Amino acid sequence: MARLTEENIRHSREIIGRYPKARSATIPLLHLAQEQDGYVTNEAMAHIAELVGASPAEVFGTASFYEMFKFEPIGKYLINICGTMSCALLGAEELMHHAEERLGIKMGSTTADGKFTLERVECQAACTEAPCLQVNYRYRYRVTPDHLDTLIADLSAETLVSEIPSHGIVASIRQHIPADRGVGAVAPELVTENPVWLDGKAAL
Amino acid sequence: MTGGTWKHAPGFYVGDRPQVVTSRFQYEDSYTLERYLATDGYKGLRSALARPASEIHDEVRNATVLGRGGAGFPAGNKWGLMPQGVWPRYLVVNGDESEPGTYKDRLLMECDPHQLIEGCLIASYAAGLSQCFLYIRGEMALAQERIAAALNEAYAAGYIGKNILGSNFSVDIVLHWGAGAYVVGEETALIESLEGNRGMPRLKPPYFPAANGLYGQPTIVNNVETLANLPWLLNNGTAAYTAIGTATSPGTRMVAVSGHVNRPGVFEIINGITTFRDLLYGDEFCQGIRNGNDLKAFVPGGGSAPWFTPDQLDLPFEASQVGPAGSMLGSGAVMVMDSTTDIPRAALTLTRFYAHESCGKCTPCREGGTWLERILSRVVDGKGTDADLDQLFEVGESICPGAFPHASNEKLGIAAVPFPYRMNTICFVGPSAYAPVHSALTLFRSEFDARIVKRTMIKVTAVSE
Repeated sequence: MARLTEENIRHSREIIGRYPKARSATIPLLHLAQEQDGYVTNEAMAHIAELVGASPAEVFGTASFYEMFKFEPIGKYLINICGTMSCALLGAEELMHHAEERLGIKMGSTTADGKFTLERVECQAACTEAPCLQVNYRYRYRVTPDHLDTLIADLSAETLVSEIPSHGIVASIRQHIPADRGVGAVAPELVTENPVWLDGKAAL
Repeated sequence: MTGGTWKHAPGFYVGDRPQVVTSRFQYEDSYTLERYLATDGYKGLRSALARPASEIHDEVRNATVLGRGGAGFPAGNKWGLMPQGVWPRYLVVNGDESEPGTYKDRLLMECDPHQLIEGCLIASYAAGLSQCFLYIRGEMALAQERIAAALNEAYAAGYIGKNILGSNFSVDIVLHWGAGAYVVGEETALIESLEGNRGMPRLKPPYFPAANGLYGQPTIVNNVETLANLPWLLNNGTAAYTAIGTATSPGTRMVAVSGHVNRPGVFEIINGITTFRDLLYGDEFCQGIRNGNDLKAFVPGGGSAPWFTPDQLDLPFEASQVGPAGSMLGSGAVMVMDSTTDIPRAALTLTRFYAHESCGKCTPCREGGTWLERILSRVVDGKGTDADLDQLFEVGESICPGAFPHASNEKLGIAAVPFPYRMNTICFVGPSAYAPVHSALTLFRSEFDARIVKRTMIKVTAVSE
């Protein structure tokens, strides 16, 4: 639990290489750390600090600003129920109470078996499909208490694993810039001239 | 379990209207390069590359492509704010959609990622931007996957990267993703976050990152929908674009309507022409208020916007009319409350959002937002006192001194408050926390009074020796 694995170091270097300044890779690298361990460990933040040329405190300073980063283990399935206006107008409160009763925990806590964490969150950009929730950032729309019961039963039985990976993995497809196609990032201070195509029309 | 015309575009309804940005939503494979190329994909880029960059910039300026993120600033003019002769310049795409009620950029990213990519390429070519960063909200897993896959396809096919389509135009597009913070939607906070910092807005001036943005360089921050308009514009020309909508608000815009309507959904409407009444009651849109109830109030432009009542239903989606009427079009999000709505509680759901999302940089927002939330919460729970309602206004005044924009200002003899209004914070999160409180209290005071417990003040006298 820990520093980034060899594979993730390789991937980190690829990500860092896309930015004119390494520090810009901080948030993507924190996601990588959370993907590896399910949460962001102190060791991983120290390692990221080395990779991007910052201090561990600076990396933690950035990480602690953002809600998606967790600094201790949480449930395998993070259930985020939206409580902002559109969802609240259409029964989000009832859904939250139902979820709390069904799982026997309060919002913001994790079940004893480490399977589920419940969170009340703010607007998830699915307002027309209210009330909505996300499980590990995968949407469920127009959720009724019955739907929630079915969802929790399915998650408990692990029948949705192909669609919903464990907490920490957000996107399962990554960008890859082929070496022969990429322009490559250049530090801003090294660029002094205007882009060539601005001199007229693009030379084909 | 999901509304909309097609399951693969949840919530989106097609209609007998022009489709500038949603024409591919009908295809289940709308997000693939194959489908994109079969439906005029990357044709706009090709035609752009055959013309001088400055001409493309002029075209976007002349078409008055308005920013779809919230402020409604014309994109062509924004690009023109960059200082001459300062290189490199960057493009940052704002895909951090999180304004309460707003749901359109996510659809555009999930259903038609190549259209956005082509928009980025056209903007980069026209404005001489040497690298593009596509900043997508952290919680949007599917949008990130779709964009990543589309970027990989487009790189392999030669549409992005070195010598695009064999020309001397080269640009990298980098997928960047956030980690959950509403304030990062503010453009200078977005840049801070992209530099690897806490997402706190920068002090102003400079007002526009076009002057001083990413790494201190000229930077254009454009919304997803704004850029998604560019391929159609290049394919069809300025005349066709401005033929839709009005002279000051040409084209279409995506609007999400949520809350107590019969058919909540996302619609591509005609800018400047479609009215709120069309939208809420029209057969091709929301088909009326649920259960035949009366309309009580609606939020016209995202959670930050002052509220409207049925009196403003006939206003069109036109900034020059909605602004003087006391609100804003914002990010294309209408939230509807019917006659059964508990107004103080509804206002609390928005104020809590902004209190929770304050980055903490400016005291009036950090403290004021929390105060508003706590006091309002006390009132909603029936534990408030007379003094609480005045206190809400007082705290609001400390965030936004003077008159606050509001639909009933005219009736109260208050002059229209021009945008941007006076505020003691450097971004709009603070004023946004006050907007629902101010609107709800001014329009529906009796509902608050009914919650107040009358208490007798006990006079406290100083004890003298």
